[in-house]
Amino acid sequence: MSEAAAGQGGTASPPVHHPALQHHFRDLPTQQDASIFGMWVFIAQEMLFFGGLFMMYAVYRAVYPQGFAEASHHLDWRLGAFNTAVLIGSSLTMAMAVHAAAVGRRKQIVTYLLLTIALGSVFLGIKVVEYADKFEHHLVPGAAFQFPGAHAPAAEVFYSLYFAMTGLHALHMVIGIPILAVIGGLAWRGRYGPEYHTPVEITGLYWHFVDIVWIFLFPLLYLIHG
Amino acid sequence: MAEHTPRAPHHDAGPHHPHVVPVPTYVGVFLALLVLTALTVAAARVDLGPFNTPVALAIAVAKALLVILFFMHVKYGPRLNALAIAAAVFWLFHLVVGTAADYYARDRVNAEDRPAQPFVLEDD
Repeated sequence: MSEAAAGQGGTASPPVHHPALQHHFRDLPTQQDASIFGMWVFIAQEMLFFGGLFMMYAVYRAVYPQGFAEASHHLDWRLGAFNTAVLIGSSLTMAMAVHAAAVGRRKQIVTYLLLTIALGSVFLGIKVVEYADKFEHHLVPGAAFQFPGAHAPAAEVFYSLYFAMTGLHALHMVIGIPILAVIGGLAWRGRYGPEYHTPVEITGLYWHFVDIVWIFLFPLLYLIHG
Repeated sequence: MAEHTPRAPHHDAGPHHPHVVPVPTYVGVFLALLVLTALTVAAARVDLGPFNTPVALAIAVAKALLVILFFMHVKYGPRLNALAIAAAVFWLFHLVVGTAADYYARDRVNAEDRPAQPFVLEDD
C-alpha cells in the first residue's frame, strides 16, 4: 500500500498518515502484526495460567478417580453442553464482527458485537443458575459441604477445582464483555474499517481463547465416564 | 537510518493481509464445532475403558485447532503467531511431563529415600 507510493517518489515521506498509525511504526500492517503478536504472547501466558489449574486437576483426578467420577455426575451435563453451544455461537458472532470490520460494514460490526455480548451473558446467566444449585445442594467446598457416599473428601476436591476453574473462566468473560461494549461503542463512531481494525481483531483473539478454555473444561468437568 | 526504505519483499508481495476469510468458512467451522460437541457427549456415554478421557481430549484439541486456525486467523497470519502458541504448548508439555514423572516415580524410589507420602489413596 504505502510501499508503492514511497517507491514512486524515491523520498521517504509517507503519503497519507492514518490517524491510528503510531509514529514508531513504519506502516499500519506492521503495527497490526506487532499488536497481534503481542496478544498471542499474552495468550501464551494465559495458557500457562490456566495450565497450572489443569495440572492440579490431572493429579487429583489420578489420585481420586472414583470420587471425581461420582462428583461429576452431580453436574448437569445438559446445561454444560448448552453453554458450550452458546459459547461456540458467540465465537462465530465475534469472528463475524471482525469480518464486518475488515470489509468496512460499520453497523454490522456493532450488531455482531452486541450478539456476542448477548450470548456471553446467556452463558454467565446459566453459570449463575448452576452455581446457585450447588449452593442449595451443599456442594460448595467449605464447612457446609455435604456429599452422599464414601467419596465425600474427593468430591470436595473436585468441587474446589470446579469452582476455581469455571470461576477463573467466568471472570475472563466478565472482563471480556465490557471490552466488547467499549469496542462496540468505538465501532459505532466509525473508528474501524478495512484499513484499521486491530482492536476488534485483538478482542476477538481474547474471546476465542476464552471459548477454547471452556472447550476443555466441559468434558473434563461434566462428562467423566464411570 | 534507513527505516523508511522498503525492506525485503515481505510487504511488497501482494496485499499484506489477504485474510478476509469468507463467511461460509466461518459458518462451516461453527457447524463442525457443534458436531464435535455432540460427538464429545456421545463418546462419554460409551464405555471405552481407559480411553474415555483421551478421546474427549482428542476431540477438544481438534475443536481448539479449528478455533485457532480459522476464527483466530493463525492459518492466514504470520508464522510468528504460531510460534507463540508452540512455545506455550511446549511449556505446558514440560509442566505435565515433569509432574507426571514425579507422580509416577516417587513411590518407586527406596523407602528410606522417600519423602513423606503426599497423598492418601482412597482405593487400595
